[in-house]
Amino acid sequence: MKLEDFQFELRQLPGAVAAWHGRVDAQQWRTACQQVRDKGGRLVALWGTDDHDRGEAFAVHAALVVQSGLLVTTMSLDGLSFPDISDIFPAANRMQRAIYDLFGVNAENAADRRKWLRHAAWPADVFPLRKDFVTHHLPGATGNGEADNYPFVRVGGEGVHEIPVGPVHAGTIEPGHFRFSIVGEGILRLEERLAYKHKGIEKRFEGMTLAEGVRLAGRVSGDSTVAYSWAYSMAVESMAEITPPPRALWLRALLLERERIANHLGDLGFLGNDAALAFGLAQFLRLKEDCLRTHQALFGHRYLMDVIVPGGIARDLEPAGMERLRREMAALEQTVSLLKSIYDEHAGLQDRFINCGRVSRELADRLGLTGVAARASGQAWDMRVEYPCVPYTELEVRMGSHRNGDVAARVAVRFEEVFESLRLSRLILDRLPLGACATKVPGVPAGRFGVGWIEGWRGEVLVALETGDDGRVARCHPHDPSWQNWPILERAVLGNIVPDFPLINKSFNLSYSGHDL
Amino acid sequence: MYQLLKQILVTGIKTEPYPQADEALRVAAGRLRAEILESFAGALTIRHVDAGSCNGCELEINSLNNPYYNLEGLGIKFVASPRHADLLLVTGPVSRHMEVALKRTYDATPEPKLVVAIGDCGCTGGIFGESYASCGRVSNVIPVDVAVPGCPPTPVAIMQGILTAISLSKT
Repeated sequence: MKLEDFQFELRQLPGAVAAWHGRVDAQQWRTACQQVRDKGGRLVALWGTDDHDRGEAFAVHAALVVQSGLLVTTMSLDGLSFPDISDIFPAANRMQRAIYDLFGVNAENAADRRKWLRHAAWPADVFPLRKDFVTHHLPGATGNGEADNYPFVRVGGEGVHEIPVGPVHAGTIEPGHFRFSIVGEGILRLEERLAYKHKGIEKRFEGMTLAEGVRLAGRVSGDSTVAYSWAYSMAVESMAEITPPPRALWLRALLLERERIANHLGDLGFLGNDAALAFGLAQFLRLKEDCLRTHQALFGHRYLMDVIVPGGIARDLEPAGMERLRREMAALEQTVSLLKSIYDEHAGLQDRFINCGRVSRELADRLGLTGVAARASGQAWDMRVEYPCVPYTELEVRMGSHRNGDVAARVAVRFEEVFESLRLSRLILDRLPLGACATKVPGVPAGRFGVGWIEGWRGEVLVALETGDDGRVARCHPHDPSWQNWPILERAVLGNIVPDFPLINKSFNLSYSGHDL
Repeated sequence: MYQLLKQILVTGIKTEPYPQADEALRVAAGRLRAEILESFAGALTIRHVDAGSCNGCELEINSLNNPYYNLEGLGIKFVASPRHADLLLVTGPVSRHMEVALKRTYDATPEPKLVVAIGDCGCTGGIFGESYASCGRVSNVIPVDVAVPGCPPTPVAIMQGILTAISLSKT
């Protein structure tokens, strides 16, 4: 999809992301989506804004992937509805329902208009992200014991029964509800009920200074703190029209690859454990712990929280630290190679992994699977390759990929990505530019709009940011790739048996917090 | 199989010395009698409840079972149901959507029971605070014995919190 094919005016946004912004009318809203879809593009995010405070109306925004980069379309609404695009991009379904719950504007004629982010914490006729929303109209801090009463889709027939699971799960994982309809052990249908963790993050952003906001962005999904704080900082830097010093950008990439390595190591351990190989968990968690301790020593935080800030990074890497990283990575690579050969040759493990929780290439494409799970289903797509920012422009990332789309494929891609991230980290250390690691961020005028877009370990993270009159955050929408992938988990488990669900779920390892906001 | 066994031998035992209890983490003094605490020590079961965290605290709770911290070596283990638990380990600001589930989990845990709130959010509501969607700190919803600050708290700090909960109050 070329930019000149669109029938509306486009403005290129300054900054590290190749991104364009255009205002569209109701017809163009759908046409643009259809054009993008027809050319193999994708929907990254969909969100709303309430612009009444500056004399406008409600608006909806879509971030779409086109050949040249990211296209953000904005449509100001005449009333309280906008054209449905879930027939073009199925991933839009839950995003549109979330927009209704937060703003009270509807996707017209959408087939599924059930509530999504709202359970019972606020009434159906109250919309928290409207500017005239007043918190104190709600019941006190606690005491609202109303049930969710979500209309699940029922499966009928002889011998069919339901297993409700959660929100509190049996392991140390985040809360969410899974409703299985089964016959015997086979899964006929899985329906997810999420948003148990909805804690008002987007409302919380409103009124923060741009500098304060990065701390919250880094806590949208704790396991992806580097990806979020980079994406947020990228959006600020775009609005302020500044570029951080080269050293800061290279170090950010080092942190992002370290985050990828640490999370993949954890996942590889848990995937072994879920297939009854406790040895794998012990070994991989030991390796992950070594990485975390190195982070603590070199950057002051085990998960690298608050290291990336608008303008650069908050903590430089000393020469001694570079040596430590080199030594650690050499040992890590050797051990992971050994563990990979143990995993590959372990018949019991492979028996559980292969053909389990399969997502075909066609399904992945149709539903818009993204990130590491997509690359395991033949979707050769990695932002670091397709739309690289500095320093990826100079690193030539070798994308991990697989065709089978089963648990085994998602394991294989994770192994590939660990090795590739180690290679990239070494290259970064070898070629790390000297100089300052941060630049001053000037005040940002009102009404500026910026986006940040980063290939996190799970998939692409997007942060859309807008400033208000006082140069503070008027609206911030952080988007997690889990939005795209949660609905596909419902499909991946079909025909599998209930006891394989934990393994399949782990092989996606999606974020609840990043989705629930 | 040879490689696997060799790797176990080469790795050796990585477990580090266990930390001590820390009275500074205690919120409510001495709710349980000494003889009950004695019976918990060495055979404590924990039910973890994520009531709305960013999932950072969950990463560190998972670290408790890595070979370095080896929480199970103290006779402390995680169980799948609150009905089997002596202690609830609660993270997050409590989202309003998790309020009922958290209360029900607390009620389903048999007496005598202990609650340890984990992380800055569990202690104070943290960066998310109280809002239309968040009840804030854990003690706004259920009684808390020990609160462990940190964002997220280190595995050692979480262990200290658990050990403090099952040690006799010094005050």
